Amino acid sequence: MSETIEIRWHGRGGQGTVTAAKVLADACLSGGKNVQAFPEYGPERAGAPLRAYNRISTKPLRIHCPVTHPKIVVVMDATLIESIDITEGTPDDAIFVVNTHKTPEEIRKKLKLKDTQKLFTIDASTIALETIGRPLPNSCVLGALTRASGITDLQTLLDDVKGSFGSKFSEKIITANLEATRRGYEEVKEG
Amino acid sequence: MGKKLAITGNQAVAEAMKQINPDVCAAYPITPSTEIMQRFASFVSDGVVDTELVTVESEHSAMSACIGASAAGGRVMTATSSQGLALMWEMLHIAAGMRLPIAMALVNRALSAPINIHGDHSDGMGSRDCSWIQIYSENAQEAYDNIFQAVRIAEHEEIRLPAMVCMDGFIISHSIESMEFLPDEVVRDFIGEFKPTNPLLDVDKPVTYGPLVLPDYYIEFKKAQHEAIKRAKKVTLDVAKEFEKVSGRSYGLFESYRLDDAEIAIVVLNSAAGTAKDVVDAFRDKGIKVGLLKPRLFRPFPYEEVADALGSARVIGVFDRADSFGGFGPMYMEIASAMIASGSSPVMINRIYGLGGRDFMPEDAEAVIKELVEIADTGKATTLKEYIGVRE
Repeated sequence: MSETIEIRWHGRGGQGTVTAAKVLADACLSGGKNVQAFPEYGPERAGAPLRAYNRISTKPLRIHCPVTHPKIVVVMDATLIESIDITEGTPDDAIFVVNTHKTPEEIRKKLKLKDTQKLFTIDASTIALETIGRPLPNSCVLGALTRASGITDLQTLLDDVKGSFGSKFSEKIITANLEATRRGYEEVKEG
Repeated sequence: MGKKLAITGNQAVAEAMKQINPDVCAAYPITPSTEIMQRFASFVSDGVVDTELVTVESEHSAMSACIGASAAGGRVMTATSSQGLALMWEMLHIAAGMRLPIAMALVNRALSAPINIHGDHSDGMGSRDCSWIQIYSENAQEAYDNIFQAVRIAEHEEIRLPAMVCMDGFIISHSIESMEFLPDEVVRDFIGEFKPTNPLLDVDKPVTYGPLVLPDYYIEFKKAQHEAIKRAKKVTLDVAKEFEKVSGRSYGLFESYRLDDAEIAIVVLNSAAGTAKDVVDAFRDKGIKVGLLKPRLFRPFPYEEVADALGSARVIGVFDRADSFGGFGPMYMEIASAMIASGSSPVMINRIYGLGGRDFMPEDAEAVIKELVEIADTGKATTLKEYIGVRE
């Protein structure tokens, strides 16, 4: 891992994107890294496009501004690809993780990715429906991102997904989210 | 050492307040500081602090209640932002004039109009002359650490003045960062027991607060206030030394970053300073002698020490995230005063940035440093005050 990894998340209000960025930060902190997680603050409406960011580093993080050249881009909702250029500012070795039921080939073509850029897809909304019972893709996407990036390991992530629920949620919901995370990790496709 | 967590700046300050466990908190919620009191209110209702939480109908009342509680003899804290601080303005002077050591977290936010909820320093700079000690913080860790130190400085027997700890709205208050907590007992020992001075509730020793003072004595009061706040400079350093012993983190009146042999210097406050330090490193790698000064104690302002730290610079770029319309930015005026008083005359330019939360990017710092390099070559600045990144 190079010194600092920068991540940009694209999601819609209500999908748990900001929570996912926070859980990732916790998992990377547990792994001994310095972390940042922050959303872009605009009008907060359910369904509206939003961005969130992470910085994960082996050195202390001093920079305080949005990420403009993300090494990793995570897309929580594939419909965003139609209206937003999610590849903006990405380097030649960028990694993309997209929640979609489409094949990696279809998405790669749609995004016009370079051969040197990696693409991973996960049908997180379907998996979320099957496990959690609601189309909340964040836990599943975190699992897929962990596999795709190697930024943390599955067990650390699972511990922090569990920790993020605290005592407010039922055992059933926590177990379902852990299952969604694990399935994201196992079912992510590269292409 | 304490545990390391990834939390927001607001959470960090709320945790600090929990560990301080003040006698009274009076506050009214306002973005972006709301989360501090929201979390603190949970601590109160969960019984993890003994604080009397006074919910009021405005910030003017919040500060009034703080003043009453502090004069009564309690350790008092509050938090606010922007319009909230503006509404407190009248009472800020009264808190200071009565020499009440209230500690406040100020989450810096732009002032209306037009209405804007994002971070700039207009609120803090607008209360510059209220005789509050002002300490600025780059990130969540500094905000957390500064709260404890502010309590100690404010309550010091030779000072007894209110203090505010500032951090950038949203950029720090709402961003999650890794930081380290101090154990509760370390905080308890560091801040110590509150020692009231002339408490109103000591009925055996009745005292008067806020009497009428006419021309025959008013100026003596104000001079005494000035002398008291000036002493905060030394106390800030003493407290910082003690804090370093318990935390391992060192603080000064300001931070000097690669300034020792700097021919070009930039002065940047709060979160933007972190971003700018990375840019300074990049210029240093190219062999350009640039350094950065990040003010911490803004009131009282350490003029001699700042002039000394900037002594080797021939060109200085001062960044202001607040404006004085029709004048230079507030930080520029301080740096210019410091340099002139010290007898040195570097070329100094003022760049206004980030008003209303406009992002401050590494490219912004880079552009100004490039300009400063040019000025160093020619010895001339074309525009002294300019706005960064403004669309025409």
